[in-house]
Amino acid sequence: MNMEPLLIAGGRVIDPASGLERELDVLLRDGQVAELTAPGILKAHGRALVNARGCIVAPGLIDLHVHLREPGQAHKETIATGTAAAAAGGFAAVCAMPNTSPVNDSAEITQWMQAPERRALVRLFPIAAATVGSLGEKLTQFAALKKAGAVAVSDDGKPILDDKLMRDALRAGARLNLPVVQHAEDSRHTAGCSMNHGPTSFRLGLRGMPNSAESDIVRRDIAFARETKSHIHVAHISTAAALDAVRQAKKAGIRVTAEVTPHHFTLTDENIGEFDTQYKMNPPLRSAADRDAMIEGLADGTIDAIATDHAPHAFHEKQVEFERAAFGIIGLESALPIAITVLHHHFKLPLWRIIELLSSGPARVFGLQGLGTLAPGTHADVTIFDPAKKWTYDASQSKSKSRNTPYDGWSFTGRVVATIVGGKVVYES
Amino acid sequence: MNGHPRSLLGTDQLTVAEINAILRLARRMDPKRPPQLLRGKRVVLLFYEPSTRTRTSFEFAAKALGATTTLITATSSSIEKGESLIDTGWTVTSLGADAIVMRHPNSGAPYLLSRYIPVPVINAGDGLHQHPSQALLDALTITSHKRKLEGLRVLIVGDVFHSRVARSNALLLSKFGAEVVFCGPPDLVPDVSATIAPGVIACHDLDAALHGADVVMSLRIQKERLAGKQISLEEYIAKFQITPQRMKQARPDAIVMHPGPIVRGLELANEVADGPQSCVHEQVAKGVKTRMAILATVLKAAP
Repeated sequence: MNMEPLLIAGGRVIDPASGLERELDVLLRDGQVAELTAPGILKAHGRALVNARGCIVAPGLIDLHVHLREPGQAHKETIATGTAAAAAGGFAAVCAMPNTSPVNDSAEITQWMQAPERRALVRLFPIAAATVGSLGEKLTQFAALKKAGAVAVSDDGKPILDDKLMRDALRAGARLNLPVVQHAEDSRHTAGCSMNHGPTSFRLGLRGMPNSAESDIVRRDIAFARETKSHIHVAHISTAAALDAVRQAKKAGIRVTAEVTPHHFTLTDENIGEFDTQYKMNPPLRSAADRDAMIEGLADGTIDAIATDHAPHAFHEKQVEFERAAFGIIGLESALPIAITVLHHHFKLPLWRIIELLSSGPARVFGLQGLGTLAPGTHADVTIFDPAKKWTYDASQSKSKSRNTPYDGWSFTGRVVATIVGGKVVYES
Repeated sequence: MNGHPRSLLGTDQLTVAEINAILRLARRMDPKRPPQLLRGKRVVLLFYEPSTRTRTSFEFAAKALGATTTLITATSSSIEKGESLIDTGWTVTSLGADAIVMRHPNSGAPYLLSRYIPVPVINAGDGLHQHPSQALLDALTITSHKRKLEGLRVLIVGDVFHSRVARSNALLLSKFGAEVVFCGPPDLVPDVSATIAPGVIACHDLDAALHGADVVMSLRIQKERLAGKQISLEEYIAKFQITPQRMKQARPDAIVMHPGPIVRGLELANEVADGPQSCVHEQVAKGVKTRMAILATVLKAAP
């Protein structure tokens, strides 16, 4: 990669991985972070310049959980449009779930997704299916998938319920240092459910998913991870009980990690109001107590990463009867602004913690080498944002193909200024 | 995203004044000598689920007031061909509907429809959620026997979890300061049901619940819904059937109601269903008057 050097000048660098928080200029060269120096020492002349005055300069953000819908569901999203939304949201890397059509359960599809023809604007790391067709019957070829570029395996959306199969998946993952990602939901107890179980589901006459459907599976998976000495990653954790299980397991030294979505730390099931499907997701929005527990888990270190679960759907898939509507919302462009607005400005979490949850945290979870840090010699992925900029989110302007978000019209404080991947500016506001 | 301002979607969205106005109008309606308030209006009955009394009742009510009605059912229309609810709503509106009366198996379906089409929607029952016209006709029935709703002890017995009638009634009665007691086995009357409105309690002991009741409202039990539950049919009958013996716990002037259809020999003993305290037939008759009042109100044709 021979590219013109790029100087990011005048900003405040926050790099949690190297414990750095101070005013520094950053020089990117040959796709790597070349130098971090005191402001004004490096001269711009002869180099491209990004003015970061008043801004935070952070490692390129990483999203562990997105659905880019390719192959097979290009009417919802493509790898090109989804990664354009990622860039606009400050994400320099995304990990794409395998519930495509066909399911990404092979090295061929894993490679196809990463091919230059897909025109990904940011780094794309496939998460391959853990079982063939995500049918929960037979494990996929983990070694071949890893070789093809998969960073984890998961049957996201179709939890692995069979005990033996889950143990086998964890053992196979452990041999290859490949995390197994579980969408923790005991679907035997959630059939026909379209939201969280509680007063709101009773009022609306909708069947509700009990918290235990999540926490029971998380507890089981933790026990299996201990037994098999493997790494279990809990996708989009949403209940206080599951979070507490993760907290205890971490104390006991078990290799468990967890991510939470912006919607699970900002919204509750009451937001559904009168059947608004923009608030229908899986796991469902939970109670205020669960939401508050997520904030606590973000603050105390139990949660390793904020992930969006970006799940684009077309109008006709979402604007239907609540029980028939697709689960999920888009989230790439709103995640960082929500985190800054809610976690930093409201709950007073330091910015470095938010950046950790969006960069070095996720890099560690999936073992993404040379990412999630601004240490010299690592990949030149940088996210620059203005933490004080006030703006209003307009979903109609989204780079995503879909518009399904409950955050349309929300006022945010904090906005992405530029996203740089491998030394190249892929988004500038 | 709030829909037509005069849509009737749920009893929780009505004020006490609005409910009283509908009840007053309903009392004045005479199906034998109806005022031609809806002459020239087109009312579409959009039924995605089978119904006898609600559909017929709305149809008689609309026709009595001079409106033209058309019935669209899921199996005899484009719905079967996979047309979306919003598209069906637009089709019906474009054909000239002035109001849509909808029955649908999914909770919330009328809310979706009303957000996208410009004519009022009347919810004739949506999933497990609400059945506001039933709650209004029940209120009309109760108030023809009791001076006022405030302070009454209204017992709702049976499968509360699956009942849109229970939800609509509890939400309406609570607004008037009535005490609502949901009663049935824990599977069908979960504790969370008491959170629906102020003054609502959940109880699993029928004899205790009946004590001092002014109104005993029995709900239909669908046998298939007891399948897989902890309670058997025999046990349900033994513990929760309303019998003449049990009715002695209630106030002597208590009335017995049922939204129908009654499953004979299950929820109500025949002596109670057909006895002097039963208002079951009166409810059906009041259904037409109530729906005349609802249609007149929604179509802004009240005299």
